[in-house]
Amino acid sequence: MLLDLGRLFGRTKRSKDVAKERLKLVLIHDRANVSPQFLEMLKSEIIKVITNYMDVDESALDIQLTKTKSDDGQSVVPALYANIPIRNIRNSGK
Amino acid sequence: MSEVIVITSGKGGVGKTTSAANIGTGLALSGHKTVLIDTDIGLRNLDVVMGLENRIVYDLVDVVEGNCRVKQALIKDKRYDGLYLIPAAQTRDKSAVKPSQMIQLCDELREEFDYILIDCPAGIEQGFKNAIAGADRAIVITTPEVSAVRDADRIIGLLEANEVRNPKLLVNRLRADMVRRGDMMSIDDIIDILAIGLIGVVPDDEKIVVSTNRGEPAICDNKSLAGQAFRNVVRRIKGEEVPFMSLTEDQGFMPKLKKLLGLKAN
Repeated sequence: MLLDLGRLFGRTKRSKDVAKERLKLVLIHDRANVSPQFLEMLKSEIIKVITNYMDVDESALDIQLTKTKSDDGQSVVPALYANIPIRNIRNSGK
Repeated sequence: MSEVIVITSGKGGVGKTTSAANIGTGLALSGHKTVLIDTDIGLRNLDVVMGLENRIVYDLVDVVEGNCRVKQALIKDKRYDGLYLIPAAQTRDKSAVKPSQMIQLCDELREEFDYILIDCPAGIEQGFKNAIAGADRAIVITTPEVSAVRDADRIIGLLEANEVRNPKLLVNRLRADMVRRGDMMSIDDIIDILAIGLIGVVPDDEKIVVSTNRGEPAICDNKSLAGQAFRNVVRRIKGEEVPFMSLTEDQGFMPKLKKLLGLKAN
């Protein structure tokens, strides 16, 4: 009964919704076959390319695989999230 | 004309063997000559589930190694016309069979049978590779649990990578009461996650345990809800459009009363 009241006020999530949410996240990683090494490799490659054009703060670089709504808003799709703080943009490419 | 169907899941214990036994029996009962192949070498169980454990002379490994002819390893189920089993070997391991040998065996059986049903072992290693090698299509079994759904997703990916196209999902052991409470993922939830077509929904049913105890597939039990669900799966395999049983409908007073009186035809 307590649990039901919690649900009523939206405090407790139904366990099946928790299951679904967790599954969706874990499957994004499974499907992308992502290991920590994979992300590290990706990270270093991205840095290599970007530093040709701009000066970035490598220590504050944040790259992760997450999920996002698809364009039509119908489904959840995996997304590569990258937050790359720029220190300075080089002019050499002009 | 004939079709090779693999029954697989990734995770163990979700009902591959039970489903294989029931679907195979159902296909035979509807007049199609059917052979079941147990590819779980070292951990064979389809024979006991079918109640044919006392009739084994030769097995799958004997066939591929040429110790016997295919015909000699076929155990005829005397209760159901047109139903045969090739059991797995118990004292060997998965490496005793190669995918190419499975393809060859399936092709040989195609000449004799309408349906060749392959019971796949759990896992994604050699046994899985053997089981899917000769398959035209696949039925992926899952239960409404995170572990089983996750493994099913992996299996679906591997099937596609191995060019077994368009696998279909069978959700086993669904508990309508728990779904109604929001404590079990619904069929829609699972389909939403796995994004594949559905071929069956089998409710959790005590009768499965009883029928497995006896070695008589539940599909022959007219009172079993799971048996009814498997009969529907068989019809869908044959290409019929069969509506899915409503297992999660709101059980108000009247449906409950009707059920009590045995009036509810599921």
